Amino acid sequence: MAMSNKASERGIISQRAHFWFQRLHEGDAVAHLVTLIVASTVLVVTGLLVYELWIDSALSRQKFGWKFFFTSTWDPVFESFGAWPFIFGTLVTSALGLLLAVPVGLGAAIFLAEMAPPKVSSALAFVIDLLAAVPSVIYGLLGIFILVPWLRTSAEPFLNTHFGFLPLFQGPAYGVGFLAGGVILAIMILPYIISVSREVLLAVPPEQREAALAVGSTHWEATWEVVLPYARTGIFGSIFLALARALGETMAVTMVIGNTPQVSSSLFAPGYTIAAAIANEFTEATGNVHLAALMELGLVLFVVTFILNGLGRLLILATAQQGTARE
Amino acid sequence: MNQFPNPATALPKPIPREGNSAQASAGKTGPKIQVSRLNLFYGEKQALHDVHLEIAANCITAVIGPSGCGKSTLLRTLNRMYETIRSVRLEGEILLDGENIFGLDVTSLRRRVGMVFQKPNPFPKSIFENVAYGLRINGYKNSLAESVEKSLRRAALWEEVKDQLRKSAYILSGGQQQRLCIARAIALEPEVILMDEPCSALDPASTGRIEDLMLELKERYTIVIVTHNMQQAARVSDWTAFLSQGRLIEFGATPDIFTRPKKRETEDYVTGKFG
Amino acid sequence: MNLRANWRKLINVVMLGLSGMCTLLAVSLLLFILGYLVWQGGTAINWAFFTELPKPVGEPGGGMANAIVGSAKLLLLAALIGIPVGLLGGIYLAEFGGRTWSFLLRYATDLLNGTPSIVIGLLAYGILVMPMRQFSTLAGGFALGVIMIPTALRTAEEFLQSVPRPLREAAMALGASRWKTIATVVVPAALPGIVTGMLLGLARIAGETAPLLFTAFSNRFWSPGWIQPTASLPVMIYTYAIAPYEDWHRQAWAAGLVLLALILIVNVGTRILLSRRTPWERL
Repeated sequence: MAMSNKASERGIISQRAHFWFQRLHEGDAVAHLVTLIVASTVLVVTGLLVYELWIDSALSRQKFGWKFFFTSTWDPVFESFGAWPFIFGTLVTSALGLLLAVPVGLGAAIFLAEMAPPKVSSALAFVIDLLAAVPSVIYGLLGIFILVPWLRTSAEPFLNTHFGFLPLFQGPAYGVGFLAGGVILAIMILPYIISVSREVLLAVPPEQREAALAVGSTHWEATWEVVLPYARTGIFGSIFLALARALGETMAVTMVIGNTPQVSSSLFAPGYTIAAAIANEFTEATGNVHLAALMELGLVLFVVTFILNGLGRLLILATAQQGTARE
Repeated sequence: MNQFPNPATALPKPIPREGNSAQASAGKTGPKIQVSRLNLFYGEKQALHDVHLEIAANCITAVIGPSGCGKSTLLRTLNRMYETIRSVRLEGEILLDGENIFGLDVTSLRRRVGMVFQKPNPFPKSIFENVAYGLRINGYKNSLAESVEKSLRRAALWEEVKDQLRKSAYILSGGQQQRLCIARAIALEPEVILMDEPCSALDPASTGRIEDLMLELKERYTIVIVTHNMQQAARVSDWTAFLSQGRLIEFGATPDIFTRPKKRETEDYVTGKFG
Repeated sequence: MNLRANWRKLINVVMLGLSGMCTLLAVSLLLFILGYLVWQGGTAINWAFFTELPKPVGEPGGGMANAIVGSAKLLLLAALIGIPVGLLGGIYLAEFGGRTWSFLLRYATDLLNGTPSIVIGLLAYGILVMPMRQFSTLAGGFALGVIMIPTALRTAEEFLQSVPRPLREAAMALGASRWKTIATVVVPAALPGIVTGMLLGLARIAGETAPLLFTAFSNRFWSPGWIQPTASLPVMIYTYAIAPYEDWHRQAWAAGLVLLALILIVNVGTRILLSRRTPWERL
């Protein structure tokens, strides 16, 4: 065969020279640039969000410093603001929500991932996803007209009679209050816990389960002693994500918590949350310090959910990778 | 010599076609494609080592070799499809009719050098739109229907689909889909057609039809086919290149390669001792 | 020995039964919510609800026509922000994105996605309401648009990436440039998925209330143009629900039913649309 000897470096040089021009000519560079610019608005918006929260809360941050988080006065007239009752209310309702939703959610996730046939499982999972699509304000509507009356006339008197020795269940039954906020949050985060945990459980390699069954475990033992521990980190991740949702949840809680900034040992007492305070007071805030204090509440909410979301996602990712690594 | 009437077409032919002769004659009018000192790297890994190759016009040139030897990569350099993968670096020269392909506009190069892929990959569009796609994006609006019919006839698919041109391409069988992809490639009147294991996803009957089609097509087009199927290479090709581990081991007329290979490595491969 | 085996079997049955009951509880919650809304809302809803303005306090009757139009306007604005940013951003991430930019963008998108909607409302308040000294449809629509971006962008990216590589290569081998390949093959192939994502994004923000409280605010009358405060269905539900008037409660239920019906229809509809097999799945 006659091999050519006249090859040169010409090819590479001309390739480089034409690269940018060609792409511009064909619109590739233009398309790249346009999509990049539009995509970057996401960065701009995120940056603006942080900037606004930081700048607009400056007055409050300078005036109250760290004291803001630990004092309990919330007095627009004398412009003295402390966020502790809101933080307390947010923590109590979210904790209560998790306490009620995690066992039920996990149970349902186990049923869907481990027991239900795939078709039934995905159909039910879809129905549960629909629960997550129901707007907050509608949960609030049901909370006001169903949950609160029921708590006031049945549940709270019942708890008071039988568990009244605990400070948690003492005091008059208002209906609205921490308990109502916690229950409504539990209902709202339930679908998130179920669907994320279900995904995590489904990602557990089937060999793990089969190995446990092969040594004579019952179905439940295989689930409880092998599958769940394997998926543990991911399930924690789903709980973190749910917690982040609960902390930022506004409307439903605002409608049932009673909107009274107080710290109380009783779950029956009315309270307040960070998000509810922003929702209720923002349009009525007159002084600049008041506005800044509300902005600072927003900043707190942003930072906390940011951390929780990051942690949650990290845990879920860790499980997913662990799952593939061991296969 | 032409089997088909050659109706006036809107397609310009930038380079006059070299004779329609079906005889393999690399030296007569100069090779259609000339590859020299071709080195290609995926990041740090070198996939092609100093490849020299001359591809004769109106012939079928087969590239054979064990899987992972770089034969698909070599094929993808000829229409610069390798550029769609990031972190690829290439050295050397490829001439198409004596013109450096790296100096050409990449889209016009690909219009001249068509490609048929391993698995049939019709677009989620109608049969008609699949064939017309290349014409449309290259700005041809006149006599689309005519060009589509001509291409489908040449791809030996017309009779089967002429009543369902507006239906989705996905109603076709695998073999029909691959012939549709060939029709899509030839609608642009390319000079060269690259085929990357075009039959590997097809049943034997469909494979036979595609091979017959290739023999018809070489009247008008230069065909380069990558195949792992040695019988196929022996049946259809005029020239065969044997590639191993990114190096061109041997290149010659197909009968020579399969009956009188010069290199030991080639002999081992074609007689089945290799791997 | 036998006792222990029986005990284990009992635990097995009880625990698995309990997990089934948890599922039943979750599913029946949805049915309950739906049923209750249909019952309460269905008896309250009438033609006036869709055509009349709210009546002053104390007068019975009236409707929420202005809130329905207000919500539609807010959603339109949000779509004008969310859809282009989502689609083009998705195209950037799926087709062009370099490593660093893509990482930053995904990170920012996730961050926005996890941010409580009320905090996004604060952003809209800070950059639109405060400078304009006025609550407006514009500010509300902006807030909703920002909330929609993450869903729209990530679903667009996901569906674009699921378009198989051979399809792109086929187009490029025919001489299509990168953006022509995207515009004529990749986006059309991914379109059902992208449309679904956009609709789900709109359904998600249709019920958002918190960020509207101090951006779009509310309005008892029609809101002409884009820089007046406007009523919207979710905010009306909230205001009417916490008010002490029987007739307002009735209307809150009706509004809740309309809103939830719209959202569920979109969710179920898109699910059906997507469950149809995509033709290129085999590639």
